Amino acid sequence: MSAVIHARDLGKRYGANVALDRVSFDIEAGRIVGLIGPNGAGKTTALKAILGLSEFEGELGVLGFDPRTERAQLMEQVCFIADVAVLPRWLRVGEAIDFVAGVHPRFSREKCEAFLANTKIARSMRVRELSKGMIVQLHLALVMAIDARVLILDEPTLGLDILYRKTFYESLLSDYFDENKTIIVTTHQVEEVEHILTDLIFIRDGRIVLDASMEAIAERYTEVMVNPDKADAARALKPLNERSIFGKSIFLFDGVERARLAELGELHKPSIADLFVATMKGTYA
Amino acid sequence: MNTMGWLVKREYWEHRGGFLWTPIWVSVVMLALTLFGIVTAEVVGSRVQVQGGVPWDRIAEHLQSGSAGLAAAGLDAAYVALAAILCIPLFFVLFFYLLGSLYDDRRDRSVLFWKSLPVTDTATVLSKVLAAVLLAPLIAFVVATLAYVVLLLIVCAWAVVHGINPLPAIAASHPLSLLWRLTLTIPVDALWALPTVGWLMFWSAFARSKPFLWAVLVPIFVVVANSWLGMLGAPSLSRSFLLDQVVFRLLFGIMPGAWLGDSGLDLGERIRAASNNGETGTILAIFDPSVVYGLLATPKLWIGVVVGVILIAVATRLRRTRIETST
Repeated sequence: MSAVIHARDLGKRYGANVALDRVSFDIEAGRIVGLIGPNGAGKTTALKAILGLSEFEGELGVLGFDPRTERAQLMEQVCFIADVAVLPRWLRVGEAIDFVAGVHPRFSREKCEAFLANTKIARSMRVRELSKGMIVQLHLALVMAIDARVLILDEPTLGLDILYRKTFYESLLSDYFDENKTIIVTTHQVEEVEHILTDLIFIRDGRIVLDASMEAIAERYTEVMVNPDKADAARALKPLNERSIFGKSIFLFDGVERARLAELGELHKPSIADLFVATMKGTYA
Repeated sequence: MNTMGWLVKREYWEHRGGFLWTPIWVSVVMLALTLFGIVTAEVVGSRVQVQGGVPWDRIAEHLQSGSAGLAAAGLDAAYVALAAILCIPLFFVLFFYLLGSLYDDRRDRSVLFWKSLPVTDTATVLSKVLAAVLLAPLIAFVVATLAYVVLLLIVCAWAVVHGINPLPAIAASHPLSLLWRLTLTIPVDALWALPTVGWLMFWSAFARSKPFLWAVLVPIFVVVANSWLGMLGAPSLSRSFLLDQVVFRLLFGIMPGAWLGDSGLDLGERIRAASNNGETGTILAIFDPSVVYGLLATPKLWIGVVVGVILIAVATRLRRTRIETST
């Protein structure tokens, strides 16, 4: 089957600054992909290219459309939430629903109103009267009522408190996601998304440094907690990263046999955050 | 309703204050001033000038002297005056509406929300052009017409108090013909406005900050540079040509009836003369469609249309990928 998003040698430069350095990747349907990278790594540049919001070099197809020339058709199938602050402040909730219902052929007013019924948001309120958390609830209700094939989330929970962040991802998973949909999410709060992701793409300095499914990552990477006496033996196996805690050293290994590592100490599954820190070591140095 | 309908409605929702409430409040103030003037004149019992742009004194005088035709000319002039006065606030509303049309949503980043919907940039830009050249003038004219109805009620009440029958004068006036003929000026206004619409929208789409300064300072700079070239003896354009045919049309074309002065019709003077002389037909004649649409036979209207369409097309192109502002 063909990929939902297909990128070959995707590049973008701002003057002398290379934001995306000829990256290639494919994203299949029914996946939840985390696009993770430090600030300025090129995440937003990649998303903007996918959404047809900027020019780019190379080849890029989204659901078979060219985002540069077929934006309007593309946006019938692709939804995105950029971040909390993009709903216009003068807009009333009722107007927002009427407008999206008017221009979007795949929008279901009933679904949207059902989502909003669980919140304190009233139709007559203006966006400027809503709290940040309520704005994201409204935006999510509008987007989840659209039967789209791709949903793109760019730092969707930035600045929200933990309650809103939790319910945000919970309702995405339980009320929205299914095998026909694809979600791409960028965020700094890696811990919150790691249990919902199916795939992970690490991006650094405009290049993809890791592109794998979560199962593959669990296969490949292992963390070992090693007593000081075996630390040198562990270092000999070229760990990705080393940190110490309670007098023990924790080593992160990429593709080293489980059996050999088990001799050194206790094995763990590394968290994405640890993997991220290890991979991005020296980014800001 | 189709997408374009929703897009224009969206513009109305956002700019209800400028499009609807501004003409309403200006009309209310005009009528209130007229009413105060009438009451003052009645109480003081002398010829106190009634303020507010409506030629009340002539209407009252001619009604009292029983010359229905002269009073009717005053009534027609009052209708035109109520519509004309709204053109001034409309100009300012449209000027700042157009300057913000492709800039404000970039500044508050809501452009990312609008762009997440399946709407082409062409449709978005077109909806803003339509809101500026058709929707806003139509609303203003409807408000002016309602204000005139209220004025007629005031006239009737005053006449009844003075034991005069106002109906012959009203019957001799031309409210329906004027309604129709003034409505017909709106499409001509729209065509005439296109260079200004395009100029302001171009800067609105282009500027990363302060579109107002760009839109206004660039023409001023060009005029100054041209005069300077002229002083040095270098080839330059005539100053009056540059001001009247270029700068004026790029900045003031959205003023309804801006072309009236240009076509050699001194509107205000002719209406005043007509209502003084009781020539009820004259005011109507000024807005005769054959006169108004004569403008369509002039090349300068069409040159402006071409310039406007090009500028709007460039603004649409810029809208595709210009999303950030520097603020």
